[in-house]
Amino acid sequence: MAQLEEVLRPQVWEFPPYPAKSIMLASGETMVVRQAKREEVPVMLKAAAALTHVERDFYDIVAARAYAELLGWLRYRVRDEYCLVGLIDGLLVGLVNGRSLSKKVGVSYHTIAMRRGLRIGAHLFASKMEYHVEYLGQQEVYIVAESPIGFRRWMIEYGLEKRPQVHHELGGVMSWSLTRDLYFAAKDRLVVGERPVSDELLEKSATITVLEEDALIQQVAGKLK
Amino acid sequence: MLRDVYIAGCGMTGFGRAAGDLLDILEEAALAATEDAGIFSEIESVFVANMGAGILNHMSGLGSALVDRLCLYPTPAELVENGPASGGSAAKIGAYAVGSGAVDVALVVGGEKMRAVTGWEATDFVATLSHPQAEYIYGVTLPALAGMFARLYMEKYGITPEHLARVALKNHENGTKNPYAHIQQAVSLDGILNRPEAVVNNPWVAEPLRMFDCCPVSDGGAGLVLCSKEMAEKTGKPLVKISGIGQATDTHAVHEREDPIELKAVQLAAKKAFEEAGIKPSDVDVAELHDAFTILEIAESEQVGFFERGTGHIALEKGETSLGGKLPINPSGGLKARGHPVGATGVAQLVEIAWQLRGDAGERQVKNARTGFTCNFGGFGNNVLCFVLEREN
Repeated sequence: MAQLEEVLRPQVWEFPPYPAKSIMLASGETMVVRQAKREEVPVMLKAAAALTHVERDFYDIVAARAYAELLGWLRYRVRDEYCLVGLIDGLLVGLVNGRSLSKKVGVSYHTIAMRRGLRIGAHLFASKMEYHVEYLGQQEVYIVAESPIGFRRWMIEYGLEKRPQVHHELGGVMSWSLTRDLYFAAKDRLVVGERPVSDELLEKSATITVLEEDALIQQVAGKLK
Repeated sequence: MLRDVYIAGCGMTGFGRAAGDLLDILEEAALAATEDAGIFSEIESVFVANMGAGILNHMSGLGSALVDRLCLYPTPAELVENGPASGGSAAKIGAYAVGSGAVDVALVVGGEKMRAVTGWEATDFVATLSHPQAEYIYGVTLPALAGMFARLYMEKYGITPEHLARVALKNHENGTKNPYAHIQQAVSLDGILNRPEAVVNNPWVAEPLRMFDCCPVSDGGAGLVLCSKEMAEKTGKPLVKISGIGQATDTHAVHEREDPIELKAVQLAAKKAFEEAGIKPSDVDVAELHDAFTILEIAESEQVGFFERGTGHIALEKGETSLGGKLPINPSGGLKARGHPVGATGVAQLVEIAWQLRGDAGERQVKNARTGFTCNFGGFGNNVLCFVLEREN
């Protein structure tokens, strides 16, 4: 069994960590963005599962796919995946994930904002790109969007390039690419945050908590699922 | 008017993104108002305010559609379209119908379903109110007009980005106290202006206006039951009288105005409303102004006569326009936070003031409010309606 498991498990690249940063949101609250640990996946799955019930703005498909990706990471069935979380006093307000296709190319998976109207998704997506380009040193990141909101935020705001020859892992649609040049051209207006994060904030963000299902759905969709 | 007109009932839907279609919105607002009044079968005329159903929802004939939905036939009904001042116009026509004695009870309902389309399409739809040859074809949008207006106004009167942000802070704070508001989220000066993160939190829309200087695109509806004094007295609610109505127009294209930051239609409509009511701007206890953009709240607060020209931002800074201040402006959150379903806005402003005067505004209640004012700004100031409401007894 152990031998078979070895075959089933992908090889792993020990990639450099993402250093935590803090971001003040429009509300004046401070969100800490840090790398999630594998053992934290179950609590994130709870949040993702809740959002699979929200059809609005494609939350259902994004949450369902992110659930599968996170589960794959937990159970060693995805290669070189990572997840960054946005936390306000430890409460999960968003997550982004992706993986490395190679040392030169990254793949963006999903971005989920669990509180809306504060550009949490925009901050987390920017953090993800920062990770790929500045910390993993990759040349480009393949990206797709499942919702019109994502299309506006990524394809248009970053001016992504089309990669018609690349079929993205998510649904096989045409990939778009964030190159290093595009990233650095956009960095001043889209990538923010302070480092290092104070010990006090890090301590508050050490344990991930999530809202109960109904409260989370209400927070994301109001009365509209 | 030949006789006094009263607001016997008012109600609205939650603003934001509605689950149902436009008729569902109008129906909900109508029923909220009629239930509040305890008046339904007595309605003799229906006026529906809407700007965009033809473009956004592929619908027309909303007056008859709503009457059918409410099973109110054969009550006469019509649609009133006057851009973002449609709500104010419908309320004016309803008030004139009652005030002339033509009918005893009129139902006025404003509604819009804007989130049926993308934000880009909604922006384009609103831009159709601009001059087709002089503005629209060059890509002018309402945020663009407001941006140019803001730049001139700020330069002339020394208004800073912080003053604009303070309008947003105040109205978002008020919105947290309004269960009907589209945005119920307070914002901070650091988060939207001072800190480096503000570049992402609050990006430019039309410089010098940023995202938090602009109202959201909303669905929503609001309704009023207007009637004679005799009918209003039967409701047992505090009497809220429409004591002044003013309307004025200005050039279609903004560049044709002598001075583009002089909002003449606002000045004239307010003057007429105050004269008709026989009061001065200083008599007003609470106001709802048309803050589709933060700069407009400051400009209108001066041009309707609440503050001397060039001092609206100082009053704001001193907290005079906040809840608890000398003259609270936009206690509902205004268009900025309550939201701006264009055809509903003028009606929603009157609903808020009626609630304030009745003492029904909950957490955002302005103490001892007896006289209220609304300004519903159509086009880019080319068709404006102002109302004065007063509480009797």
